[in-house]
Amino acid sequence: MFAITNPDSKQPDLTTSSRRRFLQGSAVAAGALVIGAYVDFGSRKSLAATPQDAPMPNAFVRIAPDNTVTVLIKHLDMGQGNTTGLTTIVAEELDADWAQMRSEFAPADAKLYNNLFFGPVQGTGGSTAIANSWEQLRKAGAAARAMLVAAAADSWGVGAGEITVSKGVVSHVASGRRASFGELAAKAAAQPVPAQVKLKDAKDWGYIGKHVPRIDSVEKATGRAIYSIDVRRPGMLTAVVARSPRFGGTVKSFDATAAKAVKGVVDVVQIPQGVAVVARDTWSAMKGREALTVAWDDSKAETRSTDAILADYRRLAKGPGGLPAARRGDVAAALKGAAKVIEAEFAFPYLAHAPMEPLNGVIEVTADGAEVWAGAQLQTVEQATVAAVLGLAPEKVKLNTVWAGGSFGRRATPNADYFAEMAAIAKATGGKAPIHLVWTREDDLKGGRYRPMVLHTIRAGIDSAGNIVGWDHKIVGQSFIIGSPFEAMIVKNGIDDTVVEGAADMPYRVANFALDWHRVDSPVSTLWWRSVGHTHTAQAVEVMIDALARAAGQDPLAFRMRLLDGHPRHAAVLRLAAEKGGWGEKLGSGRGRGLAVHESFRSFVAMVADVTVKDGAVKVDRVVAAVDCGVPINPDVIRAQVESGIGYGLGAALRNKITLTDGVVDQSNFDGYEPLRMSDMPKVEVHIVSSGAAPTGIGEPGVPPLAPAVTNAIFSATGKWLYSLPWDVEALRSA
Amino acid sequence: MVSLTINSSPHQLDVDPDMPLLWAIRDHANLTGTKFGCGAGLCGACTVHLDGEPVRACQTPVGDAVGKNITTIEGLDGRVAGAVQAAWKKLDVVQCGYCQPGQIMSAVGLLSQNNKPSDADIDTAMDGNVCRCATYVRIRAAVHEAARELA
Repeated sequence: MFAITNPDSKQPDLTTSSRRRFLQGSAVAAGALVIGAYVDFGSRKSLAATPQDAPMPNAFVRIAPDNTVTVLIKHLDMGQGNTTGLTTIVAEELDADWAQMRSEFAPADAKLYNNLFFGPVQGTGGSTAIANSWEQLRKAGAAARAMLVAAAADSWGVGAGEITVSKGVVSHVASGRRASFGELAAKAAAQPVPAQVKLKDAKDWGYIGKHVPRIDSVEKATGRAIYSIDVRRPGMLTAVVARSPRFGGTVKSFDATAAKAVKGVVDVVQIPQGVAVVARDTWSAMKGREALTVAWDDSKAETRSTDAILADYRRLAKGPGGLPAARRGDVAAALKGAAKVIEAEFAFPYLAHAPMEPLNGVIEVTADGAEVWAGAQLQTVEQATVAAVLGLAPEKVKLNTVWAGGSFGRRATPNADYFAEMAAIAKATGGKAPIHLVWTREDDLKGGRYRPMVLHTIRAGIDSAGNIVGWDHKIVGQSFIIGSPFEAMIVKNGIDDTVVEGAADMPYRVANFALDWHRVDSPVSTLWWRSVGHTHTAQAVEVMIDALARAAGQDPLAFRMRLLDGHPRHAAVLRLAAEKGGWGEKLGSGRGRGLAVHESFRSFVAMVADVTVKDGAVKVDRVVAAVDCGVPINPDVIRAQVESGIGYGLGAALRNKITLTDGVVDQSNFDGYEPLRMSDMPKVEVHIVSSGAAPTGIGEPGVPPLAPAVTNAIFSATGKWLYSLPWDVEALRSA
Repeated sequence: MVSLTINSSPHQLDVDPDMPLLWAIRDHANLTGTKFGCGAGLCGACTVHLDGEPVRACQTPVGDAVGKNITTIEGLDGRVAGAVQAAWKKLDVVQCGYCQPGQIMSAVGLLSQNNKPSDADIDTAMDGNVCRCATYVRIRAAVHEAARELA
């Protein structure tokens, strides 16, 4: 069903030029890869009705004679715990015993395993794994249960209505007969799949909302979990790629003589992305690349420094030419009549995702196709990309999804960048040996696909009662959606929702409101980074709201609550976080407490952060979070994701930025781009709102409120606003 | 050819003595539990024990490991390791899990030297182990939990 819908032929056009356009993601030009607009991926609009498809137990549930129940996981688990969550949903409806549950990543298949929110594409992103699977897997589990019951009823000659199922045992109480799922598996498989099933009532849930142990804890704590970096194939060679140090640069010429002389180097080949050094092991490939000489053509490359790019952004923000993302009332008149006006500029740097497992994957050319192993996040896009490079039909590429050592958005690349690279190397080396493409940490940090650099400028005014009378907001930044296969799904009226989400639709009552987006282009490649646009819009909105509250002489909590009418879920998490976080308590000198609330991916998170500022250093002591993500399927996994979001957001806000000097990235490893460490991690408390609403995302929503809550706490401790990220702590020292 | 003792087993590996131990373990001995994270001694994902002491395998030339006992996550055993891995499971520490073999090697190293570490001791011993999922809250709790079990 996923198709490269080339109007001219049934197969992808594999001429060089069209392939290049395809790989650049110019979907319109190539007539390829258009991802449907089923819902607003990442927006706050409510979902369309859940799909009315018939139950699909055979696609998702496998019951074996050994009494194990395996749930086929159509998503990538890069740490979010969705293997546990999706398995919980099936176990619940099946009335299985948790100890018999297993999980296995599903093969790439857009018909069976598409993300119901993405249309005909299998993929993971936008905190949708649980949300899109909820009804689908409940139905699959219930249908499998009904088939087990029917099999038992047949065997025992009793009515299905007399049979009960509990903890993996099927029983007929009157006759004392019992059977395990495994014993009934063969017979159950021969039963017709029911067209309709009755789902359990929430009051009867035994696993959902309770604690189950994570399904991956043991294999990940013993080193047995297999990531793609651990895949070993007979005769496999390892490849590293020399890529242009400037974005948009291309190979002019190269000399491989010295590289080929390095012991262990087997081959050096040019590919569209650069020059690949292929060797018998990773170390030899890395040494070979060091010995390689490449001359780069920078004629189309980004050669500016980030300081100059920011200066360009500032110029744009002051001028005309913005696209209107939101307009209400007359902002200019309102600001003219305001009692107080506050102006603020929020600058945000490029950010690398830096998952612990650097990008890598294994490809093996087979007799009639190819086989790939990777932490695959957009499976059917990646499958089609490999197929296009190798001149194969997509179904001839077998894609094996394995555990991924983090992603934070990096692996969900609309043009499947590293898959295209591994396929290009396999092609250039004639498919003679399996190839393991490995990116080093330097490749990762210098390789682009960053959270875009963004500038916000806001002028907002209040009246004498503290009502916000006008809000004039400009955002300057790149779009990674326009020109990608996701464009039709996400861009509306020329506005890329991933740039303005969380600001254009801010929940506070503002009578006169205008938000413009100034779109800029650069060869620096950008991508979604855990919580996408919310990474910057939450900081701009929630810090500005605090600044307005302070200007009005009002308590930031009370100020928010007054302006959040019509947004009960925002108000509820804010109230809960404030209560649990001791809002209003007196703190000692040098300490501060701040709060923030933000909706993203249809979930609501509020945080209260405590900081100590001493000698110009900021230490976040504690964060208390309250979350509403609908039905909490695995409360402990939700807590873990919020802890993770807090740490991920804090590391970036404390000290992470990717900068360019004359187009070349200044950072290369975890010294220049130092992640959050143990000693930086605050104490964390997570409180979950009890909710009966359909489950929504939690992988990302824990990130956005962290930075503004801490920024507001820093103000409370020091009286200084650090609007931009990472925080300019030097400004506190000079105080 | 270099002779190494990994997890008490002899290995004859066709590598140069200047190759980092990480790549000898992963690419030549095919023990993949030890992870590559940065290649520069900045993240701790490659932590192994050399005669019981945690070291960064990416910064240890193979030649320096000759004649020593190399322990990787696959060969971890004993009372301390058992308590640490049990605590990791009990508290569901892992998320993506990629850094966890290195975290566990460092935690076992800490608890082998110090059976009742304070938060400050944990910071000192574990600050070199990066977790991008930021499972730090649970790592800290699991180290304390393991210490309680061992007391």
